[in-house]
Amino acid sequence: MSASQIVVPPAARPGDETSARPPAPRAAATRTHWVATVVLLLGAVYCLLPVLWVVIATTKGPTELFTTFSFRPSFNGGFTGNISDLLAFGDGDFWRWGANTLLYAGVGSVLSVAISAAAGYALAKYRFRGRETLFRLILAGVLVPQITLAIPQYLLLAKLGLVGSYWSVLLPSIISPYGIYLCRIYAAAAVPDEMLEAGRIDGAGEAKLFRFVGLPPMLPGLVTVLLLQFIAIWNNFLLPFIMLSDNSKYPMTVGLYSLLNQGASQPSLYTLVIAGSMLSILPLIALFLLLQRFWNMDMLSGGLKG
Amino acid sequence: MSSTEKIAAVTTTTQPSPPAVAPRGRNAPRVAPYVFLAPAMLFFVVFLLLPIGYAVWLSLRATRIEGGSILGRRVERFVGLENYAASLSDPDLYDALGRMLVYGCIVVPVMLGLALLFALLLDTPAIRLRSFSRIAIFLPYAVPGVIASLLWGFLYLPGVSPIRAAFEAVGLPAPNFFTPDSIFFSVSNIAIWGGVGFNMIVLYTSLRSLPTELYDSARIDGCNETQIALRIKIPLLTPALVMTAIFSLIATLQVFSEPQTLTPLTNVISSSWMPLMKVYRDAFVTNDIYSAAATSVVLAAATLVVSLGVLTFLQNRAFGEDR
Repeated sequence: MSASQIVVPPAARPGDETSARPPAPRAAATRTHWVATVVLLLGAVYCLLPVLWVVIATTKGPTELFTTFSFRPSFNGGFTGNISDLLAFGDGDFWRWGANTLLYAGVGSVLSVAISAAAGYALAKYRFRGRETLFRLILAGVLVPQITLAIPQYLLLAKLGLVGSYWSVLLPSIISPYGIYLCRIYAAAAVPDEMLEAGRIDGAGEAKLFRFVGLPPMLPGLVTVLLLQFIAIWNNFLLPFIMLSDNSKYPMTVGLYSLLNQGASQPSLYTLVIAGSMLSILPLIALFLLLQRFWNMDMLSGGLKG
Repeated sequence: MSSTEKIAAVTTTTQPSPPAVAPRGRNAPRVAPYVFLAPAMLFFVVFLLLPIGYAVWLSLRATRIEGGSILGRRVERFVGLENYAASLSDPDLYDALGRMLVYGCIVVPVMLGLALLFALLLDTPAIRLRSFSRIAIFLPYAVPGVIASLLWGFLYLPGVSPIRAAFEAVGLPAPNFFTPDSIFFSVSNIAIWGGVGFNMIVLYTSLRSLPTELYDSARIDGCNETQIALRIKIPLLTPALVMTAIFSLIATLQVFSEPQTLTPLTNVISSSWMPLMKVYRDAFVTNDIYSAAATSVVLAAATLVVSLGVLTFLQNRAFGEDR
């Protein structure tokens, strides 16, 4: 993966070679590159504009929102007004939704990665009875979308009396067949069998082998699985939407949706929804930019070959 | 000796001779994989298999009123496939499936086409602002579907929409994003906006792992960048394209958050606009969990069949020569 990028001689990397080119093809190439650059920038603008808009729209007070062009920022105290209204709304609901989101997505994704890593490692590094059957079962699980399962999960948890609790959102978020599948691919590629054999000969227990020989080379892959699972849980709307009825247990998505729903009869709440959308995505975007070098997409696109 | 003492004696006599410590090197790997798999399998069974099983069981049952219509009490009993018959003969379900088909026919080709185009352009030598564009296009992936729908919902909403305002400013009629027809594009646009970057990154990463010597020899043979993209890169990208197609398809089959989030802003999205919205309505608004269970079983099975079918079809097409 990353090693293959390192062994490529520098001259073969795109960009560097233009200097070695004769002038005529280079001029022709530069023309096409400008087209490529402009098309990509158009794509970037399309992707950034809504985010930019929500930042600007947050500067508008409830009356300005409907009366002024919403792409022109206002400086009449709308921004601070909206933010303080939002933070004060319903006795600090917004803070609670943020904390709940961190709980569901943060704790859920960490637990999910822990069990997926152990399972993927076992599927990749041991030969045992039932291995193929289990792996096929997990593959079938990848293809059944989690969202279609939300309503059956609700019905079951309702029977168990867990509906409405933190558990009802947290527990179903932990199982990720796709995470197990990715961990298996990653363990198979990254953990050397010889090291495991050598460890066994030295008398190390299997738990120790997993901890000290198996996990370290899997870590970069596990970070990717963690990010994917974090975003998957933070994205899953239907599950908390049906499981929870208590405002104070909502994650951000359900909370903002409920605000929008009330806004249909009270348009003044729209400014709170806009401010809330902005405040909730900015930290995530910041986190995303910081962690972006950890994204290991090789393992995703290698998925089908594995 | 009382019986309890006897038991105590038995246990104490057996206790001191535990089975000799298993020779770890050889025997432990037989148990270890099951221990490592146990937590995952526990969650898999409890939150995947059991709910499916319970939904199947519920889908075969219904409440009926027994013993007179006024004094009768409601009892749950086995009704066979009645719920399935009702679900499959419900025109609402077919309307929803039809709308999903229209939506999928817009989202999947446009999103994957744009993702492929952007990935190929990113892989073109010497373009400007490469990492800015890559990160910017990938950014919406960090925005959850609900919040993306909130943002776009306001960009569509008459009175707030800057797009409508811009059209009016130049004297053009403002587009209406909330008509029964245009709503398909409005909802599709949200999904495309959120998904194009992820698919682009998957395809771009595969492109980067291809050997660059191929392009060099093609350039020597006189190929331009477009020919290299069409004749070399796209064929080699097939496995990654298959994977992105499957994921986009699965995402299409479970579309819920985007249209559901727009419902407070417009009334052209009915409560059964998409199949999952209909299941939600049946289960929580009309409180008929039995028919909701039947419909979700049908949907889950259909998803599995469609994605397995597409996977087999594409794999046979793509890797036919290998097998």
